[in-house]
Amino acid sequence: MAEVALRNIVKTFDRTPAVAGIDLDISDREFVVLVGPSGCGKTTTLRMIAGLEEATSGEIYIGDQLVNDVPPKDRDIAMVFQNYALYPHMTVYENMSFGLRLKKFPKAEIKERVENAARILDITNLLDRRPKQLSGGQRQRVAMGRAIVRNPKVFLFDEPLSNLDAKLRVQMRMEIKKVHQKVTVTTVYVTHDQVEAMTLADRVVVMNGGKIEQIGSPNEVYHRPTTRFVAGFIGSPAMNFLPCRLVEGSNGSAGLSIKLSDKLSFPIPPDRIARYRPYAGRELIFGLRPEDIIEKRGDLPPGRAAFDAQLDVVEPMGMETMVYFLVDSTEVCGRVDPAVAGKPGETMPLVADLNHMHLIDPQTDQVL
Amino acid sequence: MTTATAQIAASDRSAVRYGSISRGRKRTLYWSYFFLILFVIFFLMPPIYMFITSLKTSAEIGAVTNPWWVYHPTLQNYIDLLSQAQFLTFFKNSALVAVIVVAVTMVVSILAAFSLARMKFWGSGTLATGVFLTYLIPESLLFIPLFKIFAFIHDLTGIELINHWWVLIFLYPTLTVPFATWIMIGYFSSIPKELDEAALIDGAGYLQILTKIFIPVALPGIIAATIFTFTVSWANFLYPLAFTTSADQLVLPVGIVTTLIKGDVYNWGQIMTGALLGAAPPLIIYAFLMDYYIAGLTAGATKG
Repeated sequence: MAEVALRNIVKTFDRTPAVAGIDLDISDREFVVLVGPSGCGKTTTLRMIAGLEEATSGEIYIGDQLVNDVPPKDRDIAMVFQNYALYPHMTVYENMSFGLRLKKFPKAEIKERVENAARILDITNLLDRRPKQLSGGQRQRVAMGRAIVRNPKVFLFDEPLSNLDAKLRVQMRMEIKKVHQKVTVTTVYVTHDQVEAMTLADRVVVMNGGKIEQIGSPNEVYHRPTTRFVAGFIGSPAMNFLPCRLVEGSNGSAGLSIKLSDKLSFPIPPDRIARYRPYAGRELIFGLRPEDIIEKRGDLPPGRAAFDAQLDVVEPMGMETMVYFLVDSTEVCGRVDPAVAGKPGETMPLVADLNHMHLIDPQTDQVL
Repeated sequence: MTTATAQIAASDRSAVRYGSISRGRKRTLYWSYFFLILFVIFFLMPPIYMFITSLKTSAEIGAVTNPWWVYHPTLQNYIDLLSQAQFLTFFKNSALVAVIVVAVTMVVSILAAFSLARMKFWGSGTLATGVFLTYLIPESLLFIPLFKIFAFIHDLTGIELINHWWVLIFLYPTLTVPFATWIMIGYFSSIPKELDEAALIDGAGYLQILTKIFIPVALPGIIAATIFTFTVSWANFLYPLAFTTSADQLVLPVGIVTTLIKGDVYNWGQIMTGALLGAAPPLIIYAFLMDYYIAGLTAGATKG
């Protein structure tokens, strides 16, 4: 059991920075997910914690120990790889016990630990099989089993579910969560899938371009993103971004409003006016998630604004229907009740929930 | 409605006959067999002829009869050859050289290939290419400089290297190590990098990664390299011809030629017998290892 701390970690490959100065504190038993697009440095960061890559500069601590110069085997970590990396010539039992056998554990203890891990993962009946006789999900379990038997200070997962099909991925995601609840160990998990990040993490670390964009609980990064990147990356379908102008006065009152096009402007909810006042008159970016653009029904609660949209594309998803329409030339996505969704070309009354809106400064890409 | 359309489409297709897959396959098979039989005849003719000749007396070989038939079969050639101490010495020399060369080559080339394929160090790429380039230099170009080196060593230390069977143990690796290393680099490079990283995290050192992961996983490649090395060191002719002369220091290929051809008298029956007996060990080794080899290939094909 241990904390992990990264202090100003930099990694450059042939002068190209892959990780450009990262500070991160992971508490004991915490499940932290590093998420970001390809090439954002998340895997490199994980590999530096594992000791498979050397940090160009900065300090890595596991527990209280500075581990920059400690080889992987002495860091007391276990890693699950994207392609499982099971030893093809060994049985599942041998795969799982390999690390313990190298450390010369007594046979009885190895057996006990392997059987215990196999029970947790429900692979007891597979122990004599070889990896090639297993399905993808089973291999994934064995790879996790190999990590569990070591009883390490830190678990590292490198996109463990990317090689599985969609259905199995959802199932294994739940398994990983269950395992973490049973075997509470500090865990660092890398993924490019923001759904995985949201569902698994105690804290999500959103990375982009070798830097950390935001660290927060899944709800924080979802509802209170601090940068445009986080706002756009987290959430599916992605947040709508529209260029807008923040103008004084709405419907003749003393408030503020955002002007999205000649025809469309929304009043700013009263509780946000003070926050946005300094930016009045500026060109900004308006962000609103699809689920905050819904069909109009009944009276408007405060903070909501109604408008009519001519539908461009309609995507029925079953429990909801995604509708796409144009505001000026930008496509905007809304999420409506399938029962009332219009057809393409029709005009549909919609409501924007401005209590959940974001305004982004295009110069700094910061959420205001 | 869709089923109806599908049925119509299917009947349309069967009405127009473009030929079936099985017919195409049949024709391919005919041609395969044709060329295979041609191949078999071409390559098995010499050994069969050797075998037929080995069963004849010298008189019958010299006589004008059908060369493809034995009228008076005899095992005399085999008995004569196997009762000669000389021939058994050749055999022993060949066997010792081959076994030791295989052992030396495999140890050197596995270690070399592992370091070149995995431990990225300064110049490892160039070195790997260099290893292969040395293999491209023909032995016929090498044996004169090697003579010079041996003479130099003799002048310097007084150790005589020429005309000893064991000197071949130092010579053959110049041919076998580069090629075996090259094969092994290929095999080792095909092992996913995550496998050694997993082992590294599991607590294995480089030597343990090599012995516990790489060697078992790359076993087919190691067997291929072993077969190659054995064949080269068993069948090489030029080096033993150049570097060994005394009858008790000769290996099989050179021994048969130099002792069974006396002046212009060719003892064909015994030459053929000797060649056949000399070809037996590689054949046996192939037959034994081939099963392993194929089993290994299929096991590695679908990686875990």
